[in-house]
Amino acid sequence: MITAERKPLEELIEYVKPYKRILLLGCNECVTVCAAGGRKEVGLLASGLQMALLKSGSSIDIRQHTLERQCDPEYVEELVPMIDGVEAIMSMACGCGVQQLAGRFKDTPVFPAVNTKFMGASERQGVWAERCQGCGDCMLGQTGGICPIARCAKQLMNGPCGGSAGGRCEIGDDVDCAWQLIWDRLKALGREESFVEITPAKDWRSGGGSGPRKIIREDLAE
Amino acid sequence: MEKFEPVIVAFCCHYCAYTAADMAGSQRLPYPANVKIIRIPCSGKVDALHIVKAFERGADGVYVAGCLEGDCHFKNGNNRAARRVKYVQKYLEEIGIESERLEMVYMSAGMGYRFAQVATEITEKIRKLGPSPIKSALAGQSDKVAC
Repeated sequence: MITAERKPLEELIEYVKPYKRILLLGCNECVTVCAAGGRKEVGLLASGLQMALLKSGSSIDIRQHTLERQCDPEYVEELVPMIDGVEAIMSMACGCGVQQLAGRFKDTPVFPAVNTKFMGASERQGVWAERCQGCGDCMLGQTGGICPIARCAKQLMNGPCGGSAGGRCEIGDDVDCAWQLIWDRLKALGREESFVEITPAKDWRSGGGSGPRKIIREDLAE
Repeated sequence: MEKFEPVIVAFCCHYCAYTAADMAGSQRLPYPANVKIIRIPCSGKVDALHIVKAFERGADGVYVAGCLEGDCHFKNGNNRAARRVKYVQKYLEEIGIESERLEMVYMSAGMGYRFAQVATEITEKIRKLGPSPIKSALAGQSDKVAC
């Protein structure tokens, strides 16, 4: 999922201060799962903004709504009847949702309420860790299902480096050395030959190196 | 100036604090009428949103009362509630509300005396802190409307 964290309230207050009526918009997808921008977080932020502004002597009308997906035009279209009279939109979705809204409602300012972080997986309740950087040319098949792009601080194609000690990365004791994990896993699978095989330098064009990426499925595209 | 009487919302777990409140009543133990009790099935049921909404509607103080450590009827609801209370305390500071206005307390169903003591202590603490800044702001706004 795409993970995110709410921005500091102080920053959000600055965004909404000039307006009298805003639409605070959550998303039912990734940001709901990582507890950053779902229906509940919309309620919490609306209350927080309301109280903080009340304290400073002003007030604001905050309309609340949560879309099934903010990154999909068909759901964004649902907002058309709600947008009337709204001076600004604050989105609690990832950057994709914010941009989708900004593209659809060109006359209404759209502000992000969260900082979009990374593509991650849940390690346990309340803990999410980076697992994928969308390099566009997945090499998990060669590395025992552990990604050296997302999980090695140096993104080494052939690791580990000299900073690996006791299975940990030199950047911090709480960071596993991805290449140690890869070795352990390949060994357990009896696939050590994958480890010794030299991987050539990665072609980063598929990973955003040649500009914004796009997928076009001819059979689906209209 | 009129004496300030705080409004305090107490989220009380059915299996401990709520029964302790009953016990306090049976034992004829007095506790301040400022405390408004909301019965909940477990302290772990209390959501950050419930607490924040209480402050938004003008509560001067809120506390969540759960079972003693290791005694939660649902195993660990009280620990979850404590973590949530800490989280909301930080949020309140961000909003500009003193985090001391929110507290997590523990007791068993037989602790009628403790229930009355906690209710009294928290009421006194909030009385000293004065009205919640939100309540004052709400009052200021309604004055403006009246003018």
